[in-house]
Parts: sequence; C-alpha cells; structure tokens
Amino acid sequence: MSQVQKSMSLANPAPPFTDLIQKIASAVGGVGLLFMVIALSGAGAIQNSVWLYSALGLIMVGTVVYSWRAYMTKPEGIKNNGVWFASLSSKGLWGWVLGIVLTGFYVVLYWFPQYLGLGGEDAANTGLVAFFDPLSRVLSGNPASQWFVYGTLYTVAILSFGIKFILKYRHNKYQVIRTISVMFFQLGFAFLIPEIMQKLQYPYYSFTNMWPLNYYFFYDWNLTTLLGAGNVGLFMLLFGLAMIFIISPTLTYFYGKRWYCSWVCGCGGLAETAGDPFRHLSDKSLKAWKIERWMIHGVLVFVTLMTVAVIYSYYTGDRNVLITKPIAIGLIVLLGAFVIAIVQANKKEINLSKDKLSMLISGIVGVIILLAIIAYFTGNFVIDGGLLRSWYGFAIGSAFSGVVGVGFYPLMGSRVWCRFGCPMAALLGLQQKFFSRFRITTNGGQCISCGNCSTYCEMGIDVRAYAQKGQNIVRASCVGCGICAAVCPRGVLKLENGSVDLHNKTTELKAIHIAEGDIRIL
Amino acid sequence: MHIAIIGNGISGVTAARFIRKLSDHRITIISTETDHFFSRTALMYIYMGHMRYQDTKPYEDWFWEKNRIDLKRGYVEQVDTAGKKLIFKEGDSLSYDKLILATGSTPNKFGWPGQDLKRVNGLYSYQDLEAMEQYSEGLKKAVIVGGGLIGLEMAEMFHSRHIPVTILVRENSYWNGVMPPEESAMINREIIRNHIDLQLGEELSEIVDNGKGEACAVITKSGQRIECGYVGLTAGVHPNIKFLENSDIETKRGILVDAHLQTNISDIYAIGDCCEQRQPKPGRRGIEAIWYTGRMMGETVAYNICGKPVAYNPGIWFNSAKFLDIEYQVYGNVQARQPEEHQSIYWEHPEGNKSIRINYDKKQNQVVGFNLMGVRFRHEVCEKWIKEKTHIETVLKDLGLANFDPEFYAKHEQEVLNIYNKQQGKNLAVKEERSWNKVFAFLKS
Ligand SMILES: Cc1cc2nc3c(=O)[nH]c(=O)nc-3n(C[C@H](O)[C@H](O)[C@H](O)COP(=O)(O)OP(=O)(O)OC[C@H]3O[C@@H](n4cnc5c(N)ncnc54)[C@H](O)[C@@H]3O)c2cc1C
Ligand code: SF4
Ligand code: SF4
Repeated sequence: MSQVQKSMSLANPAPPFTDLIQKIASAVGGVGLLFMVIALSGAGAIQNSVWLYSALGLIMVGTVVYSWRAYMTKPEGIKNNGVWFASLSSKGLWGWVLGIVLTGFYVVLYWFPQYLGLGGEDAANTGLVAFFDPLSRVLSGNPASQWFVYGTLYTVAILSFGIKFILKYRHNKYQVIRTISVMFFQLGFAFLIPEIMQKLQYPYYSFTNMWPLNYYFFYDWNLTTLLGAGNVGLFMLLFGLAMIFIISPTLTYFYGKRWYCSWVCGCGGLAETAGDPFRHLSDKSLKAWKIERWMIHGVLVFVTLMTVAVIYSYYTGDRNVLITKPIAIGLIVLLGAFVIAIVQANKKEINLSKDKLSMLISGIVGVIILLAIIAYFTGNFVIDGGLLRSWYGFAIGSAFSGVVGVGFYPLMGSRVWCRFGCPMAALLGLQQKFFSRFRITTNGGQCISCGNCSTYCEMGIDVRAYAQKGQNIVRASCVGCGICAAVCPRGVLKLENGSVDLHNKTTELKAIHIAEGDIRIL
Repeated sequence: MHIAIIGNGISGVTAARFIRKLSDHRITIISTETDHFFSRTALMYIYMGHMRYQDTKPYEDWFWEKNRIDLKRGYVEQVDTAGKKLIFKEGDSLSYDKLILATGSTPNKFGWPGQDLKRVNGLYSYQDLEAMEQYSEGLKKAVIVGGGLIGLEMAEMFHSRHIPVTILVRENSYWNGVMPPEESAMINREIIRNHIDLQLGEELSEIVDNGKGEACAVITKSGQRIECGYVGLTAGVHPNIKFLENSDIETKRGILVDAHLQTNISDIYAIGDCCEQRQPKPGRRGIEAIWYTGRMMGETVAYNICGKPVAYNPGIWFNSAKFLDIEYQVYGNVQARQPEEHQSIYWEHPEGNKSIRINYDKKQNQVVGFNLMGVRFRHEVCEKWIKEKTHIETVLKDLGLANFDPEFYAKHEQEVLNIYNKQQGKNLAVKEERSWNKVFAFLKS
C-alpha cells in the first residue's frame, strides 16, 4: 500500500506540491552549493571571500526560506505528513544517493583530504580548502584545514536546519529552547571559541567536547600542549577533568543525559537538526537493541582501556602496558570487593531492581573472569597502548563517528553513532539508568498503542512497549529529545525529573487500568 | 484447555496476553482482517505517511510464537455452541473449550440510497484503508458523512494529501452531543482554520451513481449536490455480530454479557466493542466502543477464565482524541448539557485553541470531571481527585499536580483559579507547582 512520491525536499518530505517560493529557495541554496563545487574543481576565479560568504549565505537563506514556506503557511502542530512516502526520507532512491554522497565525503575528508585541496607543509591550499581560507584567517589567523571546512559546513548545517526545526516545532517550547541551545553551543563553543583561542595563541580547545567523546584528551600531545600553555592551558586541563568527574555527573544526575546529548553535544546537534528528517529510520526491533548494548558498551571498554594505556605510557614513557600477575590479582580482589559492596548497599539503601542489579554484577564478573584467565594463562599480559590508540582513532574516531555516523543518516536514522558507537553516550547512559532523576513518565491508561512514539524515537527505543503498559521509560540510551512526547497524539508521555523514586523509577509492571484492588499487578 | 478468541484487536489480544500470564492454556486468536494485531487507532497515520503498516503493530511478529499464542486467519461463519465448535467460511472448523468473542464494530449505514456503491466506504478495518488508498489516486474531492471522531480523522487524512474535503454534520456544531458548547465551537474553528469545508446542520440524502456503480456526487437534505469521487460514511459504528444471527447466543444491539463478561451460554464470553453490558454501571453506557474499555475487558475476562472471578469495573471514565492539531482529554463526568447540580469552571486561552474545564458538584463542592483541549492532564491525579470526591478548592489550588504538559510550557493554573475566584468572590492562590516529587507524594498519600 505504500505510495512512493518522488521528492528531493529535505524540509517537508512529499508535499504534493512545492510552491514557487520554495522552488526558488531550493535554487538559491543549490547555487551556494554550486559555488563550492566550482571551488573544489579548482577554478581560481571564485577563490575569494565574497564568493565564500555568498556561498554560505545562500545555503542558509535557501534552507530557511524553504522551511519557512513549508511550515509557516500551515497551522502549528506535528507535521509528519508524507514522511514515509518521500524517497529521501524513506530509504528510496534519493535516500541512497544522499547516503552515498555523504559517506563518500567523509571518506575523502578523513583519509584523502588532498582531494579537497589541502596543502602540504609548505604548499598552499587549493580547491575547496583554499575557498575557506579567508574565513579561517579571520577567525584563527591560519589558513584553513579540511577540518575547518568541515567545521564550518557542520555549523552552517546545524544553524540552518536548526531554524527549520524550530519552525517545525514552534508550538513546542521544549523543542524550541533545546534547539536554540544546540545551535548556541555549536556556533560558540564548538566552532568560534576554539578558532579564536588559536588566534590568541592558546591551544585549540573545545570546552564542551569532553572525554570519552574527545578520546584524545589524555593523549600525550594534548597533555603536553595544555601543560605548556601556561595558566590558560592549565585551566583547560582542569576544566576538562572537572567536566568528566564533577560537572557531567552532576548535570546527568539532575536532568539525565539529555543535558549533553540533545542540548549541548555537536554530534547530537547535527542529528537533531539536519538529521531530523531521518529520525524514524532507526531500527526498533529487540534484536537491534541487543546489538546496540554490546556495541556501545564495547566501545566504552575499548576507549577506557586505551586511555589507561595512554596515560600509563605518558608517565612511563613506554608504549606497552604491562599487567603482571600481581596487578591482575590485585584488580580481581578490588572488583570482587566492589561487587560485594554493591550487593550490601542494595539491601539497605539503593534498591536496584533485579535486572539492573544482575546486569551490573554480570558485567563486573565478566571482567573478573577475563582477568583471571589472563592471570592464569599468560602470567604477564602486555597491552600495546600505541596500537590501541591508532586502532581506536581509525575504527571509532573516524570510521564510526564520521563515515557511518553521519553518512548513514538516510539509511539507519540520525543517531547511528550516538546509539551504537558513542562512548560518551554509553557512560552517561549507565549513569542515567542507575543514578539520575530523569525518566519519561506515562499518563495512566491513555495510550492507544498507535506507535508514533516508537516510530519517531531516533534512538530506536520501543517507547510504545512501555507506554501501553503504563510503565515509565528508563532507558540508558534515551537522549531526552522529547520528540516521542511531542508526536504522541494522546498526551501520554512526559520527560520528568524527580528524586523521590530514584532507584525505582519504573515499577516492574503496572496494571493498565483495572479497579479491583487484588489484581493490580499485571 | 483450549481457549479460542475471535478477533485480534486490542480486546482479544489483551485477553490472550493475560491468559498467557495467568495460565498454560492453549490459546488461538482468529481474525479475518490481518495476520497480526495492529493498532486500529493508527490507521490514519498510515494513510498520512507518518507510519507504515508494520509500525502500527504493537508486538513484533516473533512475539506470538514465543508466547505460544496460535494465530489463525479466517472468517468464523457460525458458532456451534452445543458442539463447542467454530465453523469457518473457508470450510474448516475448530473446537474450543472456552470462547471469547472480541469481534469489534462495523460502520453504521442508515439505508441511504447508493450506500453500497463503489467509492463509498466507512473507515474501520485495514481493508477500508486499502479502499481509501485505492481511490485516492487522482481524487479531486471527498465528502464525509457524520460528525464523530472518525469522520474528522478521515477529513484530516484527505487533507494531508491536499484533497479537498466536505464534512456533512447533522448537528449544528461539531460533536456537540458529547462536547460542551465551548469545546465544540473550538473544534468547528479548528476544522475551518484548516480549510476543510464544514457543513453544519446538513445531512446526506442520497449518493449518486455515475452509471458504473461508482459514487460521483452526493445530494444533501437541503438539496445541495456535491460532486465527489469518494464518500466516507462515518456516522458511528455498531457491534459486529451479524454472524451470530442464527446462534443461540443472546444479543440486543451487542452481545449481552453479565458483570463477568459471560454471555448467556457458559464458557462463552464477549468483550470490547461487540459486547453490551446487561447492567451497565451507573453513568455508563451498555456499549462503549473505545480502545480503553476493550483493553480493560480483555484483562478482566482473562482473570475470569483463569479461575479468578472478578467483575468488570471500568473505573472512572476517561478518553482522549485529537482534533487536527488540538489534543483532547477527558476524565470523569463532563456532559454536553450540564446537569443542574453541576457547575463548570471554564478557562480558554485568548488564542482560542486551548481550554480547561473543571466540573464540580455545586452543593457538595466536589470535583466531578475534567475536560481538556490542547492541554495535557495527568490521568492518575485527576482520577484520584474524582474518586476521593476532593473539594474543588483543593483541586484548584493543587492544579499544578495534574499538569502533564512538556517542560517550559506556559502555566495556566492561576488563570483557572482566578475564574473560580471571580465566580465565588474569593481570593485563592495556587499552591502546588508542577513537580514529579509532589505528584508522587500525592499519589502515594
Ligand atoms: C479510525 C479509528 C480510530 C479510532 N480511534 C480511537 C481512539 O483514539 N481512542 C479510542 O478509545 N478508540 C478509538 N477507536 C475505537 C477503537 O479502535 C475500538 O474501540 C477498538 O479497536 C475495538 O477493539 P476490539 O478488539 O473490540 O475490536 P476490533 O479491533 O474491531 O477487532 C475485531 C477483529 O475481529 C475480526 N472479526 C470480526 N468478526 C469476525 C469473524 N466472524 N471471524 C473472524 N474474525 C472476525 C475483525 O476482522 C477484527 O479484526 C478508533 C476506531 C477507528 C476505526
Ligand atoms: S525515548 Fe523519547 S526522548 Fe528518549 S530518545 Fe526516544 S524519542 Fe527522544
Ligand atoms: S504513547 Fe502515545 S504515541 Fe506512543 S503508542 Fe501510546 S498513544 Fe501512541
């Protein structure tokens, strides 16, 4: 019964027709892109700032005008008409084309920047990278790099599609404020401030990009740079540490991981704005959830191991980390004590549900068994920190977060990276599940099992599975975007913070609605 | 023991799920409509492109086998109550030990000339949706007959594809048999704001045949002729029980059931849209064809079948809907024509697309109902207030506990209270703010 309409529109998939103004707006944005393609092809004539600023301006104006016509001409409300009919947003031909183009762009960006025109040690930039030189000079005083090109385009995307998103959800104040926040943090903290810092001769540093997302924070070169940059460098180092150990846990305790994932983070920012037309493409099956848990926690273990190794070698100067038998046994004893402590604490205060407790303990026991095997069989175990580091950089830092993370938007939804690969999301998620006031509450028996919430959950959470049982949603992966609550036609979901029931945010199972006292349990 | 369930809608499926939780009985769910349970309430979203059919299935396909619930596709033509056997149109049969009838509803047709033409359809089943889809290609105009919830959903569906729609509504304001005048007027405005042609006080007289057995126009009671390529019949539904005509299962408008949802024949139960309570609870109707009651009956019948007798008790009335972009929720007793002993506090946003109505008993000052447009209220809180016959002033002062709107949404609690203050010459102020901790404490109290 699916009816496929061909549409290239990003802003409002499959309107039966786009009006003249929208067509002009698309053309305007297209011209902006064309300038970049021309620059890429090496045409010298347009290599100056006027062309650059026009190109960026045209793209933004085109997108904003297009979305203005798409949304402001209609009453405010949920506008998902035709999402599954438009080729671009339903894995049709245009979806594939876009996916391939984006993926290709990332491959070039990460591994073949010379094709974008990146100059060498003493060769000047050419092509697209040179096209961005004027802006880079203004901000940081240096010529552009491929990363600068990328950062600028990334920011332009978040800003233009952020405005589009705000127009689309203008009736929903949570969405509006949250989007202004991601736009602000991207433009200021992720883009402008680090560039300007360089101009002021300070190290490149993004205050909002913390370990483990910023996996090189503890790399020797980063530590050396920061420590060599006087008080400002020291402040950056301390701020980075405070982010990891104080600020982030505190905010996550109060508001859940959403404070970062859908209010601050640049990856999340792009997913929420430019990625919005693809959010429904995430896989909701139980199988996908299982894969997700293995992958994301695997990445977290990977990044932790790598970081420990990196710090170790920073101090010892040796890239190999040696785990001797005594160290392994020491770790086993320590972890064992930790398990006992949790079990004890759980009896008295924290009251974790059975599955949470078993999940936690089985994780730790897994590590203990691993250590025991290592200690028993190999005696000494060597971790090659340098190798770990380069593999992490390639596989996770570049291939996963960039190529797959954004390139696969039109195929697997906007949060592929956040869901399957981001170690930051994994860490915040664990905290969200075990020690945070955040949860999504459901409104009694009002759910009609329609499925809008699950469909539009970019993290692939089957929200309906909980809502139709009247159960709260407490999921490690929930980024608190609030879209499930927005699209629910019956007002069933609400993002909420509260401490009273901290360790029992979701009852095991709750009766839908039946008045007899003795059969309240489902 | 083998339990057969006819109907894989919310009622039948809920019954099956609970029977499985409570027992090891063999369960078979039978349906002629689709292989798997899907959410009927989401039909409109498939047509509008918000979701695909598979997204409307509340359980993944492996769910049924894993929970040992057999699914059978087929149409039951006859129930042999003496032989405890179902006879299928396809020719086969199935015996059962206990039978649950959960066959839902079917759209009303009132004998209009032309009502059985092609391009004329109700909106209830998946097949109805397919018909709508089939005739939408190149469709220039649709006419919808009837002013209920499904009629408006159908209008929204066509509207989403830029197909002009006319709705014929017999009453002089939308759904004013259920909604108080102010809310009903708000729906009228919302329909018109969306450029849907709303014709109030207008009725269908006949549907015109184009000579090929297809509808090509309607003629209304006032003599108006409206050319159209599709006619949607949404003048309500009635229990889908025609196949029981020759059985000895007792029916009136629906299948008659007692407090334990049993029919006149032991071991045969009926739940959901298709059943009619012999003795409805005070203030409730015998047939309540909505999602929620179906679900509650499914749960109740499971207990009864599994040897834990329990009477059906739907509790305090609640329902919800969405009129284009305006969400609607109701809790408790809110009637179109206010009974003498009730008093309303009605607040409406200056923009006219949000309202809060709180009804209370004038003499006892006890809250009896909430009617919300464009504002979300918390089910459990409203229910507890109504159940405990809470004093209206307590409710108004603590109104923040009931609010379920997303964070940062404007607060209107004091504005609502001010209306009461004005009516009563009082000067009360809002006490409880919105906060989960306070809600939790209240609900546990
Ligand atoms: C478009 C639409 C929107 C709605 N929106 C809402 C809403 O927002 N809120 C709300 O509360 N309610 C809503 N409703 C009403 C709600 O969907 C119904 O009350 C509910 O689905 C009834 O469920 P049920 O299980 O009793 O029956 P059904 O869902 O109708 O299931 C009955 C099944 O039995 C099958 N069947 C019937 N007879 C036979 C037979 N002889 N042999 C084999 N199979 C048979 C039918 O094919 C059908 O699949 C809506 C209804 C529609 C149509
Ligand atoms: S559950 Fe809701 S709030 Fe959480 S990620 Fe999914 S859509 Fe966003
Ligand atoms: S919570 Fe809302 S959106 Fe989700 S299935 Fe229930 S009614 Fe639909």
